[in-house]
Amino acid sequence: MEIILLLFFILILAIFLGLELISKIPSTLHTPLMSGANAISGITLVGALSLDTGSNLQMILAFSAITFASINVFGGYLVTNRMLRMFKKK
Amino acid sequence: MMELDLNLLQQLGYIFSAILFIYGLKMLSNESTAARGNVVSSIGMLFAVLVTVIEIVNPVLVLSAVLLGALIGSAFALKVKMTSIPEMVALFNGFGGLSSFFLAWSEFNNLSAISLIMVLSFMTVLIGGITFSGSVVAFFKLSEILKGNNNFLNKASRWFLIFSFLFVIIAVIQVIAGGLGYEFIDLALIQKIFIALLIISLFAGLAFVLPIGGGDMPVVISLLNSFSGIAAASAGVLLTNTALIVAGCLVGASGLVLTLIMAKSMNRTLYNIFFVGYESSGSSAAEIDGEIKPISAEDAYLVVEAARSALIVPGYGMAVAQAQHVVKELGDLLEENGCEVSYGIHPVAGRMPGHMNVLLAEANVSYDNLLEPKDINPTMETVDIAIVIGANDVVNPSATEEPGSPIYGMPILEVHRAKTVMVLKRSMASGFAGVQNPLFFKENSRMLFGDAKESISKLVAEFKD
Repeated sequence: MEIILLLFFILILAIFLGLELISKIPSTLHTPLMSGANAISGITLVGALSLDTGSNLQMILAFSAITFASINVFGGYLVTNRMLRMFKKK
Repeated sequence: MMELDLNLLQQLGYIFSAILFIYGLKMLSNESTAARGNVVSSIGMLFAVLVTVIEIVNPVLVLSAVLLGALIGSAFALKVKMTSIPEMVALFNGFGGLSSFFLAWSEFNNLSAISLIMVLSFMTVLIGGITFSGSVVAFFKLSEILKGNNNFLNKASRWFLIFSFLFVIIAVIQVIAGGLGYEFIDLALIQKIFIALLIISLFAGLAFVLPIGGGDMPVVISLLNSFSGIAAASAGVLLTNTALIVAGCLVGASGLVLTLIMAKSMNRTLYNIFFVGYESSGSSAAEIDGEIKPISAEDAYLVVEAARSALIVPGYGMAVAQAQHVVKELGDLLEENGCEVSYGIHPVAGRMPGHMNVLLAEANVSYDNLLEPKDINPTMETVDIAIVIGANDVVNPSATEEPGSPIYGMPILEVHRAKTVMVLKRSMASGFAGVQNPLFFKENSRMLFGDAKESISKLVAEFKD
């Protein structure tokens, strides 16, 4: 239980940090920010990698969780990169 | 001892990748560092994955799943047209939610006794499921496969959301009671409740997004983006994994900031967007004075050619017609002609936050020339011609002039104050807000009907002759 409370503490701090970090974003970058953030949400990959694969159902669940998280990670970073390379100053 | 060291290494690795994520996001919010910021954040991801695979259980399964995901994700990312970015981001938000959904399901199956941890798996499944099915609906709405609004379906959706909410409360009470040792609640019952929750969460996502109109999609995508992060953070608490918590919260917060910016740019509250919609917020049937003045491409050329300063205002119509490249060509020709050209970008123009900026960047327009309403409105009187390309609600003067209008108070690009306004439009249909636009009837307005790309190509051809 103590660990959970500690984790909630981290959670709250991270939310405030995120709000501060993003609050001054120019509208030019809204789309890349969103797809870049989307890639970061692929962090579930880290959790999915060590899931239990003891039964058939568990194997399917782990496989699906890893696949969808990887789509996010690879697709998200690549498309963000593609967009940002187009943003140019004169 | 060995095991402890591995765990320590992993935790240190997560701290390092958290720092990279934070720096990456910070750099992403500045034009000059954004591209590097994305790389920094991807290194953080690589690092977090590397310190995790050192204790991998099933390498064959993991490797094949990662490869499959990498293949699909890369194919999407490299093939997608810039005009379809909103659909793709919506779908990817959904995949993030789905991954958390499966993660929590798998963790739940491992629990052999009722405990309060179960509440966390309930929460993760709920948010993940809503994110997934809600994003799929958003995807179909954005790709215009799913159109229109059904009144009965909307009402049913609202009732289903209330039902789901009650179900979740009851489910959580059951788990808490079971955790406290009340014997009439056994594991088998909780497992049944969990299966029901899996299904209900998916339907709740449908019920949440189905009634929301296409014009409100920028807000919906932002919120679902936030949800995908919250689902990951919730899964992180469930798995006691700090990397998931920190990264998930950063995404949750950034999505929330964008959601609020979008709602503010539409001058509406989140409650109004998600639960009321434009239809019920009163309609204005005010008669509009004046008449529509259509103009031919030849005459339009004469007007544009004489202008010394021009403001180009793109909207979703430019995206649909894929006209960004000819727009840029027209802009260049105008500049060669001695005209000062800038672009007026409304934050909610298009189907996702920043949609227009990406399209114009694709066409090589410098971001220095892209102005927000607050930059351009004060000097609007000095603009010789405002060229509105497939935008409607974001230039609707009712927002400033007509207190009864549903969009009254929304910050707009006040192009009606320019010396001349030329509106490129396919037909006289009203915008997504379903509100009539008096701009088209103003004395200084000219309408150039037709497909945006064709109309601008004609103008460009006239310039070249």
